[in-house]
Amino acid sequence: MITLDFIINALSLGSTYALLALGMVIVYGILNLVNFAYGELIMITGYSLFVLALTPVLPWIVMAVLAVGVAVLTSYLTERVAFRPVRESSPTAMLITSFAVSALLQNAALLIISPRARGVPLPQAFSTSVAVLGQDIPIRNILAIVTSVALLLLLVLLLRKTVLGIALRAASDNFRMTRLLGVPANLVISAAFAISGLLAGVVALFWVGRTASVTPTIGSAPLLVAFVATVIGGMRSLAGAVLGGYIYGIVFSLIGVLLPPAMMEFREAFMFVVVILILVFRPEGLIRSAYSSKRVG
Amino acid sequence: MSILTVRDVSVRYGAISAVRGVSLSVEEGELVALIGVNGAGKTTTLSTIAGALRPFQGTITFQEEQIQGRSPEYITRKGIALVPEGRDILSSLSVAENLRLGAFVRNSRIEFQKDMEEMIGLFPILGERLHQAGGTLSGGEQQQLAIARALMSHPRLLMLDEPSLGLAPVLVDQIFQLIGRLRQRGVTILLVEQNVERTLDIVDRAYLLHTGEIEAQGTPEHIRSFVDVEGVYLGDHGRRGQQQ
Repeated sequence: MITLDFIINALSLGSTYALLALGMVIVYGILNLVNFAYGELIMITGYSLFVLALTPVLPWIVMAVLAVGVAVLTSYLTERVAFRPVRESSPTAMLITSFAVSALLQNAALLIISPRARGVPLPQAFSTSVAVLGQDIPIRNILAIVTSVALLLLLVLLLRKTVLGIALRAASDNFRMTRLLGVPANLVISAAFAISGLLAGVVALFWVGRTASVTPTIGSAPLLVAFVATVIGGMRSLAGAVLGGYIYGIVFSLIGVLLPPAMMEFREAFMFVVVILILVFRPEGLIRSAYSSKRVG
Repeated sequence: MSILTVRDVSVRYGAISAVRGVSLSVEEGELVALIGVNGAGKTTTLSTIAGALRPFQGTITFQEEQIQGRSPEYITRKGIALVPEGRDILSSLSVAENLRLGAFVRNSRIEFQKDMEEMIGLFPILGERLHQAGGTLSGGEQQQLAIARALMSHPRLLMLDEPSLGLAPVLVDQIFQLIGRLRQRGVTILLVEQNVERTLDIVDRAYLLHTGEIEAQGTPEHIRSFVDVEGVYLGDHGRRGQQQ
């Protein structure tokens, strides 16, 4: 049944998925790289919270900001150390590099911390609800929506109003021409990875917030979500990524309430049927990159 | 003194040699053309000067600094602007944003506003389309935007690659008039064109490229007489060309 609780829950899921997809597309648009190490940024953020909480002197919000900062830094460093040296090589080399970075980070977590789940601190607000129109709405869901929308608006401002933002959009439109206008390749690519890290870091706060724990493989599920959402929305469109994320979140929630309980274990299978149907009718995703065809005459 | 000197430059695509031992120079304030049929190596030469391709051998000196093999962004910062073949308008960006990025190498916001107004004076149609996406402009409007965008960087050398390609005859006239006006303003231009007849009417000097090598160079009169004597085919727009 469609209730306020359901709507808030679906929008909350959609919002986090939209951020996830955007973080993946912002790199893909410029480098044509599906970054398979993207999910590991969620893991890194989770472990950063875990480590910061070992000496519980900081307020949660400070730990959260620091953990997101670690995700930004990690994302930037993976570009600087792993992707930049192979950037001029084939796209396959980049793809394999992303698998390598992913495996390296996951195994580092296994070796250094533990294969078992570790608890992460959560603020009180994450486990409380507020009564709205007679229904209990988890504050975590409201926070996810508000944070995501605020971050999306900030990103829109950055991309539309600043020269760096315009350069980022230009680079995903035509990277070669953007460089010919004097925009340094390293600047836009580093910025794209940093933004990607920021988005993954913020999503991670809500992702680990569901279970209050982190494992070395926690990044696999969000990676898949990001990938599928971008495929739905259109791999070359930032707006498409956001749309794809919301569609994924909302459809997934709908399937959750429409399916009889006995079939709930097939929820993801039904989700992928929807994805396949979308791709049958819109193989290039719902939003193609704007004005990609050239006019002559 | 030459602002640009290309010496003995060769460029390869894998095993295929696209340009072989090309040497050319452009003086400050000159309008110089590179002419030749499709596949002669004109675009390859411009792309190499702009840093989009690396030469296999040879040197490219711009304002007394060797720039061969440097990144496109470095070369643009040095003062070379390329208007590429096909225009390469950033199609999802507005006209104003395209112009803003054209001025990326210059940081002053005040100067940017002044230059925008100047470009709108030079290309009034762009003023009417400032907030329209670049990809929605017509071919002629896109060409004007591509040239305006290049001029926004205040280049010491403007390289135009086939600016009249794919345009209606009336727009071709406009583009050639514009190149003439830019020249009068003292802009140094290296022009690649297939429309040889029109090009030789406006340039100071020209180089004739054929299968990756310079075949002739000199004044427009010299190139014309060479073409006549040798019966060189210069494409559909070539002057009195004879098909080989």
